[in-house]
Amino acid sequence: MTTITDPQQESFRPSMLLNDTRYRSYTFQFIALMVLIGIIAYLGYNLVLNLRAAGLNISYEFLGEPAGYDINQTLVEYTSRSSHLTAAIVGILNTLLVAFLACVTATIFGVIAGVLRLSNNWLVRKLMAGYVEAFRNVPVLIWIIIIFTIMTAVLPAPRAFRGEDADASMILGSVAFTNRGVYVPMPIWGPGSMVVVVTFILSIVGVFAYRAYAKKLLFDTGRLLPTGWPSLAILFVPSILMFFIMGQPISLDFPELGGFNFRGGLQIGAPLIALWFALSIYTGAFIAENVRAGILAVSKGQTEAAASLGLRPRRIMNLVILPQALRVIIPPLISQYLNITKNSSLAIAVGYADITATLGGITLNQTGRAIECVLLLMLFYLLISLGISAVMNVYNNAVRLKER
Amino acid sequence: MKKSVFLGALTVAGLTAGAAAAATLDDVKARGTLNCGVTTGLVGFAAPDSNGNWDGFDVGVCRAVAAAVLGDPQAVEFVPTTGKTRFTALASGEIDMLARNTTWTFSRDVDLKFEFVGINYYDGQGFMVPKELGVSSAKDLDGATVCIQTGTTTELNLADYFRKNSMNYEPVPIETNAEAQQQYLAGACDVYTTDASGLAATRAAFEDPSAHVLLPEIVSKEPLGPLVRHGDNEWGDVVRWTLNALIAAEELGVTSANIADMASSAGDSPEINRLLGTEGNLGEMLGLEADWAVKAISAGGNYGELFEKNIGETTPIGLARGLNAQWTDGGLLYSPPFR
Repeated sequence: MTTITDPQQESFRPSMLLNDTRYRSYTFQFIALMVLIGIIAYLGYNLVLNLRAAGLNISYEFLGEPAGYDINQTLVEYTSRSSHLTAAIVGILNTLLVAFLACVTATIFGVIAGVLRLSNNWLVRKLMAGYVEAFRNVPVLIWIIIIFTIMTAVLPAPRAFRGEDADASMILGSVAFTNRGVYVPMPIWGPGSMVVVVTFILSIVGVFAYRAYAKKLLFDTGRLLPTGWPSLAILFVPSILMFFIMGQPISLDFPELGGFNFRGGLQIGAPLIALWFALSIYTGAFIAENVRAGILAVSKGQTEAAASLGLRPRRIMNLVILPQALRVIIPPLISQYLNITKNSSLAIAVGYADITATLGGITLNQTGRAIECVLLLMLFYLLISLGISAVMNVYNNAVRLKER
Repeated sequence: MKKSVFLGALTVAGLTAGAAAAATLDDVKARGTLNCGVTTGLVGFAAPDSNGNWDGFDVGVCRAVAAAVLGDPQAVEFVPTTGKTRFTALASGEIDMLARNTTWTFSRDVDLKFEFVGINYYDGQGFMVPKELGVSSAKDLDGATVCIQTGTTTELNLADYFRKNSMNYEPVPIETNAEAQQQYLAGACDVYTTDASGLAATRAAFEDPSAHVLLPEIVSKEPLGPLVRHGDNEWGDVVRWTLNALIAAEELGVTSANIADMASSAGDSPEINRLLGTEGNLGEMLGLEADWAVKAISAGGNYGELFEKNIGETTPIGLARGLNAQWTDGGLLYSPPFR
């Protein structure tokens, strides 16, 4: 009779750190970590030592001092007497603004170009392929400069609008395209305007609710409600009614030529437009490729099966293909959003006051605090990237394939 | 990820490692070339010609120092720097000296740990506008769009000036003079502001300079001069006294034409003799050859010759001597005695 006994529990010996494959990898990782820490500590020590030898020190006191310079686009209150910290916040908000705008438009461009690149129409397909290849393979800085140069060279200067026989005129008397930016009428919020705004926000919520209801009804009963015109109606009709009920509280301030520039109205600066547009079409080309890859990843049988049910091509794309493609598209889309945010640091090329231009540019130069400013910049970009990544991963978890 | 962190740290450490190195004079002699920081291109002050040779008023200072130290005015490596990169380049040791229309200010001297060795151009901030705007005074600029190089003292003066006169303006920040020129000509800004000398140099490069006017207001003091790092006083002395030698040479009547003659043997004037090394041992005190000043002055001529050749009234830039005349002619140029 044979008895099966448990193998004798080997006691741990130090030599196992090298000989036993279970521990060996940890040993080497530990050594590598120690070496890395050592190198970084040495470099950090060297830095501190050299700074001290040069009579410099690390100090963030400059953040509280008046910045002394002006910024052309500020979303919060700022004058040249504000602190460097306020200037940095202005820069952060400008970075977030252009990154958000560019993410939205790049996604729209990318989805359209990606879907059209798979079109059956030869001309459309090749045009989209041309767009993707041209924009993907030229650095984004060049695109930013090209677009900005075209804007400043082609569009008229504000002084061209002056005089009886002006070289340029405003579109509908209210919108002016100039080489310093686009001037549009700005809404003036009178008393009671908040009610209209709240109505509009509620309408947006209403549109989503209606669409969710239509989808549920379709899945439960198979009855298909129209979504196009009811959505538009829900969006606009209540707000417009409320606008007249409240006695037209919102009026428009039109831009007018006065002095050197247009006065009044809302100015969307040329640097913002150039940067926004360049980032959108550049990253849009990458997103188009992600979308194409996502669609191709969905088996052709799905299209055929949907077609055999009698679905029209647009509906196949919206109901069958894109929902399945999304789980392939989202992860690379996250990194494209991160790219947009990081590429927005090229803003200084066109004089847009983002965080790299204010904190990492003018403040750094006026105070000479290079190391402090760069550390702050790194911290900001790290936080913003992790933030975008976290939000997008939540979305990714929501749309990914649910395995049951 | 690990790798990029490591490389990043290495760059930072490498940048500051250079700052601790003293004895720049020995480094320059051992290297055989002088690394001199200049602008990325401002005609008359520092700009490469069609053959790639740098030429200009600031370049003249670099060449004079190279001639004094190495005996060869061509032994200069010109490093183009922008308003933003110039101080990092100097602090990190990438360049040995900076000769780049840089304004001598308290904080740059004291807080940034640099040493201004003197003033080679007394300047002030001015404004340039197209003639067709019909503006005749800076006080009429309320609401204007202004092109401005970022990271400069002019940027701060501009904010102060408009604030003091309770006027508004919209700044268009720009990195280099060339970009500013392009933006200004395209009409993306109404006004270009920088040092008056820079405006004159920029305007001279325009197709039709007469279509642009420099406004009469000078809104700040901008003493421009070469600078070196703090903490290497021997090197600071070399650059300081080379500049002084150029200024003193004009005052004493030593020019590139007569210097060979005057340096061949001791003359009647003891100060000229000490300057040219035919008497005393001033060169030895600096750690240089006895004829260091002869070489420096021969490189491009004395201060007045450099001025006339590069930015004077006979050049397209057409600057009058004004404050930059010798003290004997009612200007501010005044070299301490060579004694």
